Amino acid sequence: MRTVTDVTRFAGLFARSLLAGLLLVLGTAGAALADESPAATASEDSDSAEAPTEAGTSFRTATAFRPGQRATAEASSGDYLYWVFPADTGQRATVSAKVEFPESAAARRGALTWRIDVYDGLRRRQPCVYGAQTRALAADARAVELRCTLRTVRAWAEPWSDDPLPGSYFVRLTVVSGQQVDLGLPVRAEVEAAMKDVGGSAAVDGTLSVPLTPGRTTVSQSENGGASSEGARLAASGVEPEDGWSSGWWTDRWLWTVAGGVLGALAGIGGYTLARPARR
Amino acid sequence: MIIRRRSALALCGVLTTLAVGLLPPAASAAPTADEPAGAAAPKVDLVLDVSGSMRTRDIDGKSRMAAAKQAFNEVLDAVPEEVELGIRTLGATYPGKDTKVGCKDTEQLYPVGPLDRTEAKTAVATLVPTGWTPIGPALLGAADDLEGGDATRRIVLITDGEDTCAPLDPCEVAREIAAKGIHLTIDTLGLVPDDKTRRQLTCIAEATGGTYTSVRHTDELSGRVKQLVDRAADPVVTPVATEGAARCADAPRIKPGLYSDREKFSEHRWYRVDVLPGQELRASVSVAADRAVDKDYGVLLRAVTVHGREIVRGSEAGDGRTDVMSTGLRYPKPENDDADTDTGGEEKPAAETVCLQVSNAFSAPDSVKTTPGLPVELSVDLVDAPDEASDAAAFGLGRGWWLLATLVLTGLVAGLLWGWISRLRVVWEAN
Repeated sequence: MRTVTDVTRFAGLFARSLLAGLLLVLGTAGAALADESPAATASEDSDSAEAPTEAGTSFRTATAFRPGQRATAEASSGDYLYWVFPADTGQRATVSAKVEFPESAAARRGALTWRIDVYDGLRRRQPCVYGAQTRALAADARAVELRCTLRTVRAWAEPWSDDPLPGSYFVRLTVVSGQQVDLGLPVRAEVEAAMKDVGGSAAVDGTLSVPLTPGRTTVSQSENGGASSEGARLAASGVEPEDGWSSGWWTDRWLWTVAGGVLGALAGIGGYTLARPARR
Repeated sequence: MIIRRRSALALCGVLTTLAVGLLPPAASAAPTADEPAGAAAPKVDLVLDVSGSMRTRDIDGKSRMAAAKQAFNEVLDAVPEEVELGIRTLGATYPGKDTKVGCKDTEQLYPVGPLDRTEAKTAVATLVPTGWTPIGPALLGAADDLEGGDATRRIVLITDGEDTCAPLDPCEVAREIAAKGIHLTIDTLGLVPDDKTRRQLTCIAEATGGTYTSVRHTDELSGRVKQLVDRAADPVVTPVATEGAARCADAPRIKPGLYSDREKFSEHRWYRVDVLPGQELRASVSVAADRAVDKDYGVLLRAVTVHGREIVRGSEAGDGRTDVMSTGLRYPKPENDDADTDTGGEEKPAAETVCLQVSNAFSAPDSVKTTPGLPVELSVDLVDAPDEASDAAAFGLGRGWWLLATLVLTGLVAGLLWGWISRLRVVWEAN
């Protein structure tokens, strides 16, 4: 039973990875070009049309957005704003946020310190490798920009580490310190995630059976008459990269290794040609 | 997906708004067709302060009451169809000086249920700023209005002054309501609030995981209330209330899902989960700071065997202003590879019971009540175990110029050797 499923799974994965590999080899240049020009007007339009204009207020209600989209929200300073986005193996995400006060709330009593925190699908806080994660907004300033670059997402990690794994990533944007009188004012927040493909240098062995997205089994629980309302789903559980999660089979290490083998063989032939006995 | 749903809802709203004018009210009360059968309707109760101070003319040159009425009209027009909305007033009837009477002055203006926009608007139009500000009793009343059903519940409290009806602290009332485990959130809006009002409203919002907004303009008010009502319409998974035990042996066995519980300061809560070989346990926990807490805090989630050995833990600490403190853990249980002779006949391998311990390092000044405990949200998932890594690199493959140089060099050396051996053989054969 198990072997049968294993075989079918392996066959499926093999076919997919073969196809992916072929496409990658053939279209690396093209894809690279396409990646370089995300400002293609058509895609930008559709992206901004779909980008969410609300933010959630907890992990449970976090609003999903895709990397490349600019999610916005009207809120009150002091609200805890939650978004969620997918990050896949080999990607290094940079989350940037902008907070802007409208004219009517331009002058405040004191400085407000804003911060973005990023949590993985298990709600474990992910450290920022670099970027201004926390920044104070002076009393008379209108806007502040924050940025947080995460570690590269790995395909697998020991359970005892909190290395970033493929799955959903929560962004929390909030005021972490400030006078109470300055909380509750209208504010406009924007958040974005940019992905950088790190490539084979970060390709590790092993894969998760399913990405680290929460609420995988919560839906079935609601069918059993739980308190969940029907049709309700955690937004975070539906989060997925635009072209699905990677199978984990493709890495450019295949190219390096194969190239190494070919070069080694050529060198072998070359060496033999040099040293072989003269032909008679 | 949410966006698509929301735009569909908006479309529904537009259609029904058009329909309301044409059809008798009963028709608008019928549930929409695309709503899944049996789904409980989200409920919202708008609680409006109609105390004497609402006469003050300081919102865009109009009185606070006029601003609130205008905002209500706009909000009532935009309420999504599936939301059951009610309106409650406080301080609307008793103009006298008697605290006892004035502090009971709260009544239901429009019952929570399918909304008849015209009727609700007419009811709001009759309001005249009159009496006291009994927020606590109003919140209790609103909680009763929202009784029944499993869907999300939201109270939107709009007031311009603090509750002066001691000893019933509205903040404590809010926390008591939240502790009932009925998924009720209170959002507060302060109309040109002073310091005391702000503090009280912030406390009420914090106690239930809601938001606080201070309002100085009419459009801010209507925009925010609309946003809050829309939020109630978003389908959301509600956690199942459970109660963890003080020891693993007595702990409740929980299946994968989302759970809520309460935990006092420095209390430990235990739960048990059965994990089969070849499965991975994923657990995350959030402990919410729903009251004033000391500035440093932490939370710890441990997975422990029944014998007390710690398997893995997740921990997090922080400081400053926060809503929740979260952490999580993964525990993949490997497949049973060795044939177990004892259970050889059984089809199902024995599940391991894993104890989950949730503890927190929150603390609070003495003036803060410690009961009910802090809200805990526990999420448990069971998925297939991962393919363990057998090498640091993917499939043990190599990468980089060093690899290429090594392989080329190896190939070259091997080729040369082979060439020389062939040459030697030729020489030897010739001799």
